[in-house]
Amino acid sequence: MKWRKLGKVFDPTHHRLPNGCIEFAQSPQALPLQDRVRIFFSTRARDPVGKYLSHVAFVDFDPTLSNILRVSSETVIELGGRGCFDEHGIFPINVLKEQGRVLAFTTGWNRKVSVSVDAAIGLAVSHDDGLTFQKHGTGPVMAAALREPFLIGDAFVQRIDGEYHMWYIFGTKWKSFTPSEPPDRVYKIAHATSEDGVNWRRNARPIIPDRLNEDECQALPTVFLRDSRYHMYFCYRQAHGFRELSSHAYRIGYAYSADLATWQRDDAAAGIDVSTDGWDSQMQCYPHTFEHNGQIFMLYNGNEFGKSGFGVAVLESS
Amino acid sequence: MFCWHKLGRVFGPADFPVDGWMKEYVQSPSVLVSDERLRVYFCSRPAPTASGQYLSYLSFIDLDRRDPTKIVGVCEQPALALGSFGAFDEFGTNPVSVIQHGQDIRVYYAGWTRCESVPFNAAIGVAVSRNGGDTFERIGAGPVLSYDPDEPFLLGSPRIRKFGDIWHLWYVAGRRWLDTDGKPEPVYKIRMASSADGLNWSKHGTDLIADLLGEDECQACPDVTLRDGRYHMFYSYRHARNYKNAEGGYRIGYAVSDDLRNWQRRDDQSGVGVSATGWDAQMVSYPHVFEMDGLSYMLYQGNEMGRSGIGLARLKDEAAWSAT
Repeated sequence: MKWRKLGKVFDPTHHRLPNGCIEFAQSPQALPLQDRVRIFFSTRARDPVGKYLSHVAFVDFDPTLSNILRVSSETVIELGGRGCFDEHGIFPINVLKEQGRVLAFTTGWNRKVSVSVDAAIGLAVSHDDGLTFQKHGTGPVMAAALREPFLIGDAFVQRIDGEYHMWYIFGTKWKSFTPSEPPDRVYKIAHATSEDGVNWRRNARPIIPDRLNEDECQALPTVFLRDSRYHMYFCYRQAHGFRELSSHAYRIGYAYSADLATWQRDDAAAGIDVSTDGWDSQMQCYPHTFEHNGQIFMLYNGNEFGKSGFGVAVLESS
Repeated sequence: MFCWHKLGRVFGPADFPVDGWMKEYVQSPSVLVSDERLRVYFCSRPAPTASGQYLSYLSFIDLDRRDPTKIVGVCEQPALALGSFGAFDEFGTNPVSVIQHGQDIRVYYAGWTRCESVPFNAAIGVAVSRNGGDTFERIGAGPVLSYDPDEPFLLGSPRIRKFGDIWHLWYVAGRRWLDTDGKPEPVYKIRMASSADGLNWSKHGTDLIADLLGEDECQACPDVTLRDGRYHMFYSYRHARNYKNAEGGYRIGYAVSDDLRNWQRRDDQSGVGVSATGWDAQMVSYPHVFEMDGLSYMLYQGNEMGRSGIGLARLKDEAAWSAT
């Protein structure tokens, strides 16, 4: 695979954002429309106790992806009510266009007391091309299960041969690496299928082999079909030290599959890596691939988990 | 109408043989009857933290089969460890419900976790014993019954039954958190799910019991007995606010169904209320009905939601099962 970077295309600090958000444009995900490409992302506000709340916003680009048409000024999707799985943030949001509606698979965050957070996947529907979403119930469609004990998130959903396929992650453990710091989480990529987008079959099986070590964290799978082969991009990092050390921080990984059942990991063939300097030189994360005007694009975040925005790359050859 | 003859308090915190992991409360009794004994599982708690937060552990006592008011044994350690760091059951396993499954015994329990905006959340877990019920191991680290779009939080109060080949799980689902003077208080309703294996559940997705105390009524512990083709449910219910006293506290209700879907609420038939004085004069709750030697018994918890212990009652007339 070979990608050509088009650079950083959106900086949240250059725009007025809804919900009092000031920084971060994380996990950009595209909804190509007739006259524009709507890109959703998660941005952050501080709550009264000084902690972050992640809110969904969007930016519209013209079809060439080089000019910004507008940034959302209203709430796209409400955070959950008290005690709900998505009370303290929605990050990311994955959108899927269907006849007459747009489905959104959200990762909702809620704060806990021993560990800092938990997450689950919710469903919402839009009937106005993604300007606003209405939630399907107040609870999640994919929550913790017997062998997926916590941190269910990062859904990426496609409809293939009449069936919904979801790639997502689930937490496997919270692990202490040093006595003085809070424990770190470990999560892996898995796969689920559904007839209706609400009821999902899953089997708690990681589908991407670890490359770093058994504590490798894998996140945000995104899948596209090209030349009779399914290609998956995702990001991965060390479980500890990933905020401080570039060598431990997120990188883009790659795997391919002929049948959606087994995946061959081949990071060396990813065709995209951190830059030698600049906004994506320390870290690369939260890839999202989509097809637009006959080409495959990848949106992604760079340094500091997308604090200063996101960039785009285009697939040149596969 | 049922009429339960109270045999008195069977066990309370004063009877704890140790002072440590067992310190307060005897809650949520659930029975396994064997040839020699009745093993009564329940939930006990160590002393709370300085900020008033509790853990809760699975515990049990053994009662004499010939005289079920007589204690012949008490567990020495928790029968199930708490969940791992970050898991849904890190801070407690309460309430509990046990069932024999071949040579194994399973316990279904509500796992407790602690949250920032609300004091706690719960989901339902399962663990199995392969040594006759002395100790249990989890089947998985996560919950066996978890949240969904219509049941956003607080899945608890499991009661497990198997009728024929079908497993049934009665439980409660949280509806909303209310603003109160102090901490937020939840509202929860009785629901049910069915399963072929006790692990993969199909939720029925409806509230089973019509509210009597208004939409903020809290309903818990739906304990169902099948007799002569009819399903009899004893459960507890209370007000969402000011429930820690005699007026607003838990009472035992009763409902009956022919098809598991439609339930007729008949609280006036339950036949067990608070006593005039004593350990169960303020509230009665968490009924658990079982049969032994042709007689029907009910275990239940008394004042302060079981802080005062659990008691036993015997049905006066077995004909009550066919008279409702």
